[in-house]
Amino acid sequence: MTEFLMLSLVPLLVAGLCSLSCALLGNFLVLRRQALIGDAISHVALPGIVASFLLTGTLAPPAMLVGAGAAALITLALIELIRRLGRVEASAAMGVAFTALFALGVLMLEWSGASGVHLDVEHALYGNLESLVWFEGTRLTALWDPQALAGLPPQLSRVAWVALLVSLFMMLAWRPLVLGSFDAAFAASQGARPGLTQLLLVVMVAVAAIAAFEAVGSILVIAMFICPPAAARLMTDRLSHQLAWSQAFALASAVLGVVLAGHGPGWLGIDAGLSAAGMVSVVAGLILLLACRFGPRRHRAAPPPG
Amino acid sequence: MMDAWLDALTLSAGYNTRLVTLGALLLGAAAGMVGSHVLLRKRALISDAVSHATLPGLAAAFILIALVQGDGRWLPGLLLGAAASAALGLAAVQAMSRHTRLGEDSAIGAVLSVFFGLGVVLLTVIQAMPVAGQAGLSGYLVGATAGMLASEAYLLGAMALGLLVALVILRRTLLLLCFDPEHAWTQGVDLRRADAWLLGLLLAVTVVGLRVTGLILIVALTIIPPVTARFWTDRPHALLMIAAVAGALAGYLGVTLSSVHPRLPSGALVVLAAFALFLASLLIAPRRGLLAHLIDRYRFVRRVHCRQGLLALARGEAIFDPTTLRILHRLGHIRRDGLATAQGRAAARDARHEERLWTHYRHAYPEEAAQLGARRLEPISRLLPPDLIDELERRLPPEAPHE
Repeated sequence: MTEFLMLSLVPLLVAGLCSLSCALLGNFLVLRRQALIGDAISHVALPGIVASFLLTGTLAPPAMLVGAGAAALITLALIELIRRLGRVEASAAMGVAFTALFALGVLMLEWSGASGVHLDVEHALYGNLESLVWFEGTRLTALWDPQALAGLPPQLSRVAWVALLVSLFMMLAWRPLVLGSFDAAFAASQGARPGLTQLLLVVMVAVAAIAAFEAVGSILVIAMFICPPAAARLMTDRLSHQLAWSQAFALASAVLGVVLAGHGPGWLGIDAGLSAAGMVSVVAGLILLLACRFGPRRHRAAPPPG
Repeated sequence: MMDAWLDALTLSAGYNTRLVTLGALLLGAAAGMVGSHVLLRKRALISDAVSHATLPGLAAAFILIALVQGDGRWLPGLLLGAAASAALGLAAVQAMSRHTRLGEDSAIGAVLSVFFGLGVVLLTVIQAMPVAGQAGLSGYLVGATAGMLASEAYLLGAMALGLLVALVILRRTLLLLCFDPEHAWTQGVDLRRADAWLLGLLLAVTVVGLRVTGLILIVALTIIPPVTARFWTDRPHALLMIAAVAGALAGYLGVTLSSVHPRLPSGALVVLAAFALFLASLLIAPRRGLLAHLIDRYRFVRRVHCRQGLLALARGEAIFDPTTLRILHRLGHIRRDGLATAQGRAAARDARHEERLWTHYRHAYPEEAAQLGARRLEPISRLLPPDLIDELERRLPPEAPHE
């Protein structure tokens, strides 16, 4: 039990909260066919964080968040500029912007020698769920002992705040979000400002991606933006049901993934831990595979009769 | 440092560097050409899925090879594994976007994250294995040409050359596929097979590029050069050539720069070289570039001010807008105190006459006039044929008498 409290509880909670908030936002990205915005933004978090580290010399969360946020905004502006001037589709513009910035991040990291010491590319990609150890979690009573609770890894409260923020955003912006996803022209006629809603959605995606980035790595963030909502989309035609499905899938992937990564090798008699972030993505992918094969609404809707 | 770079640039910095440079050059050209086709097919980011999907195959191949011979670093085997899992990922994207209601963007994102996640899990398996050569694998993530063996460089160079030849041979079919699939079909082109060829070539470029730029950045080499080329031309063959040259230049500059210092990662530098070429094009390309846009806009604003000012002069109205006054003054149409010069009065009369011709033209040929849009500000004789202008002049209603 104490082993669970110390080693497994925090990774489970962090992975679960990250998955839930990313999957919630992901529903709208998938509906709007903008799934790859999450991909682009979580890639450019790396140059943002490295740049802020080189400028401020610290890895304090506020500096990192500002750096990553600035990088996300620069990327969005760059994508828009390339799309308009070059007259290429948005995905190509995105490909130019985020790969170039990621390359810049890698270069800064290697050149400054910060790699290995404080930051490295691998860490940025697959996160560090396993290192979230709660040293004070020695016994069950620690759960209501304020002193022990203060020793919880700071990532936990960060992702909890983000989950709260994302839920609030969803509640407040629900109507314009839904309208804009299905019929932007109608939304505009209703005074819903689809452009502003779109921008806010992308900003929330950036916030969720950046907060989750440090704890779980960018790959898990991308997987959670896309896989659970995509699987949920194949289960139902109703948006509210889709949201519920996506949350269930996200939670299932997080729990199963973390448990499998921690204990799976042990069941096979091998003493090693696997990457939890990677495992969560794999479980999410398996769920999506099942949904693609058996989901009741997996085919494109037939044209309405008559 | 400058000297070291110059040595590398002139291919005189040692045998290995020279080999790798030539290989990267060929790879860049091949990636630019394949990327152009994929861009024209509006599937640019599919290469992102392909490149991320190589990781599990790479790691699985490493494990297998390590179990057999104790050291997993055997390039042909690793590339084979990478190609196999990339093909699987590609098939998954195709199947998902074809048979389910999900869009291709979701399919790409799902495949890249899940395959990469699986790869990461396998990497942690490798970390727990007591085998040599583990450090070599991280070179495939962000690319490292520094430690490349001569035999590896030969293999990659030969593969890149082969790809380039295949692309040149297939270019007609592929272009037809990108621009007019229906026409291609009537010409007896098997669309599915052509599409498979294109994706196969993309996959091959990705796998060959793994060692040079790393799997996260190889996607850049198939997207940035074609987008760069798009700024310079509207013609497909020219697009292919320019993209190939831009890709080759990026490979050449990036690899030579990275050979200067061991802390300079080759993959990132290749991509940044490609991006620098792109930025230059974005700024200075004729017609499409930022500078050209700004100049166009400036000219347009000037023309509008000039025309409005002259019309005001012709009507004998006062002009208040300082920009209009400045432009008219610079053109010599008005004096410093705002009074029209003789030249200005003549120009005002011309402008007035021209405006009347345009008004008449708009009444007589409303659709043609609408198509001209804002170009109406140019001299009428440049836009309309002389006989039409003659006709308009003849049918011009008599001018209302001045008061």
